[in-house]
Amino acid sequence: MSDAHALSHASPGDNRPPLQFLVRGEHHPQNATLLGFWIYLMSDCLIFACLFATYGVLGRNYAAGPTGADLFDLPLVAINTALLLLSSITFGFAMLEMQRKRLNGTLLWLGITGLFGVAFLGVELYEFAHLIHVGAGPQRSGFLTAFFALVGTHGLHVLFGIIWLATLMVQLRRHGLIPANTRRLFCLSMFWHFLDVIWIGVFTFVYLMGVL
Amino acid sequence: MFDQLDLTTLLFGRLTWESFPYHDPIIVATFVVVAIGGLAMLALVTRYRLWGYLWNEWFTTIDHKKIGIMYMILGIIMLLRGFADAIMMRIQQAIAFDGSMGYLPPEHYDQIFTAHGVIMIFFVAMPMVTGLMNYVVPLQIGARDVAFPFLNNFSFWMTTSGAVLLMVSLFVGEFAKTGWLAYPPLSGILQSPGVGVDYYIWSLQIAGVGTLLSGINLLVTIVKMRAPGMTMMKMPVFTWTSLCTNVLIVAAFPVLTAVLGMLTLDRYLGTAFFTNDLGGNAMMYINLIWIWGHPEVYILILPLFGVFSEVVSTYSGKRLFGYASMVYATVVITVLSYLVWLHHFFTMGSGASVNSFFGITTMIISIPTGAKIFNWLFTMYRGRIQFEVPMLWTMGFIVTFVIGGMTGVLLAVPPADFVLHNSLFLVAHFHNVIIGGVLFGLFAGITYWFPKAFGYKLDPFWGKVSFWCWLVGFWLAFMPLYVLGLMGVTRRMSHFDDSSLQIWFQIAAFGAFLIAIGIAAFLFQFVVSYRRRESLRDTTGDPWNGRTLEWSTSSPPPAYNFAFTPQVHDIDAWWQMKQHGFQRPQAGFLPVHMPKNTGAGIILAGISTVLGFALIWHMWLLAGASFVALLAVTIGHTFNYKRDYYIPADEVARVESERTRMLAEHV
Repeated sequence: MSDAHALSHASPGDNRPPLQFLVRGEHHPQNATLLGFWIYLMSDCLIFACLFATYGVLGRNYAAGPTGADLFDLPLVAINTALLLLSSITFGFAMLEMQRKRLNGTLLWLGITGLFGVAFLGVELYEFAHLIHVGAGPQRSGFLTAFFALVGTHGLHVLFGIIWLATLMVQLRRHGLIPANTRRLFCLSMFWHFLDVIWIGVFTFVYLMGVL
Repeated sequence: MFDQLDLTTLLFGRLTWESFPYHDPIIVATFVVVAIGGLAMLALVTRYRLWGYLWNEWFTTIDHKKIGIMYMILGIIMLLRGFADAIMMRIQQAIAFDGSMGYLPPEHYDQIFTAHGVIMIFFVAMPMVTGLMNYVVPLQIGARDVAFPFLNNFSFWMTTSGAVLLMVSLFVGEFAKTGWLAYPPLSGILQSPGVGVDYYIWSLQIAGVGTLLSGINLLVTIVKMRAPGMTMMKMPVFTWTSLCTNVLIVAAFPVLTAVLGMLTLDRYLGTAFFTNDLGGNAMMYINLIWIWGHPEVYILILPLFGVFSEVVSTYSGKRLFGYASMVYATVVITVLSYLVWLHHFFTMGSGASVNSFFGITTMIISIPTGAKIFNWLFTMYRGRIQFEVPMLWTMGFIVTFVIGGMTGVLLAVPPADFVLHNSLFLVAHFHNVIIGGVLFGLFAGITYWFPKAFGYKLDPFWGKVSFWCWLVGFWLAFMPLYVLGLMGVTRRMSHFDDSSLQIWFQIAAFGAFLIAIGIAAFLFQFVVSYRRRESLRDTTGDPWNGRTLEWSTSSPPPAYNFAFTPQVHDIDAWWQMKQHGFQRPQAGFLPVHMPKNTGAGIILAGISTVLGFALIWHMWLLAGASFVALLAVTIGHTFNYKRDYYIPADEVARVESERTRMLAEHV
C-alpha cells in the first residue's frame, strides 16, 4: 500500500514477478444498463416520495370541501388495484417466456399486460372525471390538489409504460429476442413492477387510510 | 384560459409586441451587442466552413472529453452573463443613496438578482463541475468512455437548452423577480402573473433532466467501469468526490423536479399546493426546495475538494496525506448534507428542539471539512511545493474557505441566525464559500487539466494576474457585506436611505471591478496560451509529474483514451507505474470498440427548448406539436440499433506510434 512497499518491490534481490500494469487483450467492462436504470427508478421513487410527503402535509386540508371518506369508491379502487397487480403477474409470465426464448409467448403476455394497463388507466380516468364532475377537482382544496398530483403522476407513469411497451413489442417483432431487446425488457419489467409498488403505497395511504 | 380561442391566441399565446422590452435602453443596448456578436460568429463559422466540422466533431459527439469541454465552454459563457448581472447590482447599490434611485428600476433590479443567482448556480457552477467530472473521471478510472455515451451528449444539450431559455428571457418577456429559489406565494400566479417565473420553472426543469441523467451516468460509470484492480479504496480522490456528488445529484434533483412541478400546477391549473387559501402550505415548498438546495451546495463543492486533493499532492510531490480519512470525510459530508436543510429557515418557527437539531447537524459538518483542511496542510508539510497556478488557487481557497466556513458555523447558531437571516452577512457567507471554494477550485482544475485536454499548458503569468485579482477582489467585494450584514442591512435592496452605509458598498463595487479584471485576465490567458502553444507544449502527457491514470496517456488523449486497459495496484497508479519503470507497449494493438456519434441529443434538446418556450407563453398549439415531436423522435431513436463501431487495430497502432515518435523527439 505505501511508498515503502513500492520501493521494496522495485529493489534488487526481490524475487517476486514484476507487476503487470496493463490488461493484455480485450477488456470488456460489465454492461451497466440495468444498474443505471435501477438508479433512475430510485430517483423516480424520490419524486413519488415528495408527492407522498406533500399528501401527508396537505391530505387533511379539506378547505370545508369533501373528504376522502366522502369521495372514494373503494370497490372501484379495489378493481383497479387488482388490474394493476394482475398486470405485474402477466409481465412476469412474459419474462418467463423470454427466458425460454419463446418470442410469441413473450409478445402474447406483453399484450395482455398492456391491456390490463389500459383498463387500469380507463378506470382511473373514469374516477377522475367523476370527481371533477361532482365538484371535487384538483383546485378544490389542498387535499384534492395533493391527491390528484400523486395519483395522476402515477397514472402518467402507467401511460408512459404502455407507450414503451407498445414500442418494445414492435421492436421485438422486428428484431426478435436479441440481447439489446432482452435488456430493454428487463428495464421495462423493473419499471412496471416499480409502478405496482408505488400503487400499493397509494392504495394504502391515500385510499384505505383516506376513508378511515 | 380557454375562453377566447381565437387563432392569434392559439398560435402566440400571451406573446405580443408589448412582450419585447424595447422601451428599456439597457436591454436594447445589450440586445444590439449580442445580436451583432452572434451574427459575426455565425458569419465566421460559415465563412470558414466550420458547420460540418462543428456538427460532426462536436455537437453530435459522444466522446466524454469533448462533451466535458463543451460543458466548460457553456459555463464560461454563462459566467460572463452572471457576472454582468453581479456588477450591475454592485454599481446600483453603490450609487442608489440619498434619494437617488440608481440607474435600475426595482422591477429590473429584481430580475437581475434572480437571474444572477440562477445563472451562477445552475448554468455556471453546475456545467463546469459536470464538465470537469466528465472529462477527468473516465480517464482517472482507466475507462474508454462513460457508461452511457449517448445519454451524456443528451444531458449536455438539455443543460444548454435550459440556459438558452433563460437567455431568451432577457429579450423576450422578463425573468422571475422572486429571488433565485422563487418562494411562493410570491412566485404564485396571483403575485407573479407574468412569464418570469415560468421561464424560471421551464429552464430549470429542462436543465434538470440533463443534470439528473448525467448524475446517473457518472455514478454508474464509476461503479461499473473502473480498471481492474482499482478497488473502491484505490480510486483517486477526485473520483471519490465525484462519486459522492453524483449520488447527491441522483438523490436531490428529483426533489427539485417534484417541487417545481407542483409550483407549475399551482400556476397553470390553479391547484392549491402553496397558496394562502384552500389549504395550501407555502412552507412545504420552502422545505422541499431546500431538501434539494442544501445537498446542491455539496454537489458543487465536493468535486472541487477532490480537485484540491489532486493539486496539493501533485505539486507537493507527495502522496495525499490521510487518503482514507479524506474518503470518509467526503462520505460523512454526503450523508450530513441531507440533515441540515432547515437551517435555511430557522425563522420558520419550528421551535427550539427542531432548530437545535438542525443547528447541531450543521455545525457537525465542519468536523469532516476541517479534517480535509488538515489533510491538505499535512500533505504540503515537508513537501517540495511548486507554486504553479493551480497551487496558488488551492492556497487561496484554504484561507478563504476557512473564513467562509466559520461564518457558516456562526449562522448555524439559531439565535444568531434570527438576527442575521436574509441579511448581507448571509450573502457574504455563501459567496465566501462558493467563490472561495467552488470557483477557485474550478480555476485550479481548469489550469491543472488544461494541458491534458489541449496538449499545451496555460500561460502562468496571466493565470497569476487572474488569481491575485480574484483573491483581492473577492475580499474587497465581500468583507464589506459582512460588516453591512452585522449592521442589519438586508439583501435584495435596490436603494438605501442611510448614506453612512454608502462607503461600504463603494468598496464592494471596487472589489467587483477587480474581479472583472480577474475574469478578463482568465480569458486573455486562453488567447496568450493559444498563441504561445508551441513553447507551452506538453509532449509527455504528464506535464506536472502527476500521480493518477489520466497522466499516463497522451495530451490530448486519443479518442479511445487507453490503447490497453490499465491494471491498477495502488492509489497513485501512474506514480507507481513510473516508479517501476513502466514501458509503453509498441505492438500488439487490438481493435477498439467505440460508440457512434448521433444527432439525437441535440435534436431532442432543441425540441425541448421549443416546448419550454411554448409552455411559458401559453402557445398551446405549438406546445402540443413539439411534445408530439419530442415523443416521436425519442421513440424513433430507440429504433436505431447500430450504435457502435470498431477503431481498427492499424489505426490504434498508427496513433500510438505517433505518440512514441513525439516522446522520443522531446526527451
